[in-house]
Amino acid sequence: MSNSQTPSSGRPLLEVKGLKKHFPIHGGILGGKTGNVYAVDGVSFSINRGETLSLVGESGCGKSTVGKAVLRLYPITDGEVLLDGRRVDNLPAGELRPLRKRMQVVFQDPFSSLNPRQKLRDIIAEPIVNFGMASGSELDDRVGDLLDKVRLPREAMYRYPHEFSGGQRQRIAIARALAPGSDLIICDEAVSALDVSVKAQIVNLLSDLQDELGLALLFISHDLAIVEHLTHRVAVMYLGKIVELADRKTLFSTPHHPYTRALLSAVPVPDPTVKRQRIILRGDVPSPINPPSGCRFHTRCPFVFDRCKVDEPQLRDVGMGRMSACHLDVVPDTVPEANRQAAVAA
Amino acid sequence: MSSSAPLLDIQNLQTHFGTIDGVVRAVEGVSFSINAGETVAVVGESGCGKSVTAMSILRLIATPPGKIAGKILFKGTNLLELSEPEMQAIRGNDISMIFQEPMTSLNPVLTVGRQIGETVMLHEGLSAKDAEQRAIEMLTLVGIPAPARRVREYPHQLSGGMRQRVMIAMALACSPQLLVADEPTTALDVTIQAQILELMRDLKTRVGAAIMLITHDLGVVAEMAQRVVVMYAGRKVEEGSVEEIFLNPLHPYTRGLMGSMPKLGSSLHETGRSKLTEIQGQVPSLRKPIIGCAFAGRCPNVTDVCRQMAPAIEEKAPKHLVACHYAPRAAAAA
Repeated sequence: MSNSQTPSSGRPLLEVKGLKKHFPIHGGILGGKTGNVYAVDGVSFSINRGETLSLVGESGCGKSTVGKAVLRLYPITDGEVLLDGRRVDNLPAGELRPLRKRMQVVFQDPFSSLNPRQKLRDIIAEPIVNFGMASGSELDDRVGDLLDKVRLPREAMYRYPHEFSGGQRQRIAIARALAPGSDLIICDEAVSALDVSVKAQIVNLLSDLQDELGLALLFISHDLAIVEHLTHRVAVMYLGKIVELADRKTLFSTPHHPYTRALLSAVPVPDPTVKRQRIILRGDVPSPINPPSGCRFHTRCPFVFDRCKVDEPQLRDVGMGRMSACHLDVVPDTVPEANRQAAVAA
Repeated sequence: MSSSAPLLDIQNLQTHFGTIDGVVRAVEGVSFSINAGETVAVVGESGCGKSVTAMSILRLIATPPGKIAGKILFKGTNLLELSEPEMQAIRGNDISMIFQEPMTSLNPVLTVGRQIGETVMLHEGLSAKDAEQRAIEMLTLVGIPAPARRVREYPHQLSGGMRQRVMIAMALACSPQLLVADEPTTALDVTIQAQILELMRDLKTRVGAAIMLITHDLGVVAEMAQRVVVMYAGRKVEEGSVEEIFLNPLHPYTRGLMGSMPKLGSSLHETGRSKLTEIQGQVPSLRKPIIGCAFAGRCPNVTDVCRQMAPAIEEKAPKHLVACHYAPRAAAAA
């Protein structure tokens, strides 16, 4: 994996600046554009070599769209994506191949992301052949090494995906993602469809591979307990924006943003003796077609005050290494009585 | 616990499916009971037979290819011996069910009011007008804003969380004594899951129904259940109070499950990233009869005895049943 041994120049591997992705909505008699889905609306972050950054949030917050935009699976609306300091978001289609070699993806569903008509050898060899990195018996050796890395037997090479269980298929998808010697793997809900015991196997495998190969991971997930286990830093998204960004320990022990707190408090804890104070958010996530004015979280926030409805808070340093997009410097621990009523009524 | 007969008593339930590749033994000799007003969680991974158990209780398994044997006693009556019309009088009335997928288990071409009203019209003979009134009451009960308007809306006009509330409203419309909830919050986001769990707890105290909660999420179990049944490969491997199962799990599978489940707050205890316990290997195929202990192939403490002889389910501590040859027996009252 020659790429991963490039000495780090202090520059992050991946930088995303002000990323926006709007999807047009067509309607009316003439099929003209009638609006936009503001799926991702100004997101910035960076990932260093060998680091895991997790993007967390609920369905529709835009976390998967960020992943796909970084991969250039579709053009972005605005912003910049830089790999090793070089802009890649504006590369013409013909120059994308070197990029594909360095960034790979593992999707959620291991049943639909592997071609059922290909043998494992062909699935895993495809990126290697595509980039002309090996052929013949050397190719078989490379595939064998990759199978070793993901802890599948080498003989598996000659079998088809349907012969494998969900967890084993996810190992195959990981082997394929590693095949071209990638520096960055985007895991889009890569363990969400798996059973608990198998999930643990894949999470441990990803951590081991990261340590061994110096991989950077962009881990997109809604499962906060898994994220806490394997991440270095976390970005919490809500309606197309990052609301809080901090390192693992800080975010999980002293979250700042009210949404992060509500999200953490909503996770059920597998210990019947623990009784926690839970912040129950009222209502549903608003539509990204017509996001609320001001702070996007103000319609559900228990600490809302007048400024939140008109003035959009920017991500800023709120101390202790946390970046948070909230007007409050200190978020109180208890919900004010007046807002408690309002939140219930909303 | 009261000395009276349990509300639901499942005895040696066996649900098998005939397929071209042979018989699939989805549920193989499961017994447990649920008392009135109690919440019992049935946990296990995909394919362990927890959903098939639920479907068997309501006789929602097509026979053939399915075949249900054993006894399912509901208030002393064996549901497996009832005729189909008798069973229909029970479904949705005495026992009702909430399914996992609020997106696919509602009828897209009927208003939610019609769907909630259908149950009460059928079981209680209400008129269409009264049924709509009841539907509005139920929507209010489950916390849907503007119920008088929502009752005339179609499922696609509601969000996932609201659809699950409608499912619950429908299930509770006839005040059932037993509510079977099959992964009721799995398809929902955590903040919405928190709302629905709070709603179920609140309704349970108000309506007083017993709940059979099927889930793979141990966090949900810890918050909701009083008793837990752990299933593996179609068998019950452990049963006990929620405290016993979480604080003193005795079966190696239950222990593995607890260890492989990441817990929030893990970063507070150590500095680096920690490893999760893995359960090696895969769930065995249910197409072949399993000789010996079903968990033998993945168990860290396996011996020849395990491979040859299936362990009987035994009470190792008061009201704590385990199916393992080597589970330690509690010394007197622990």
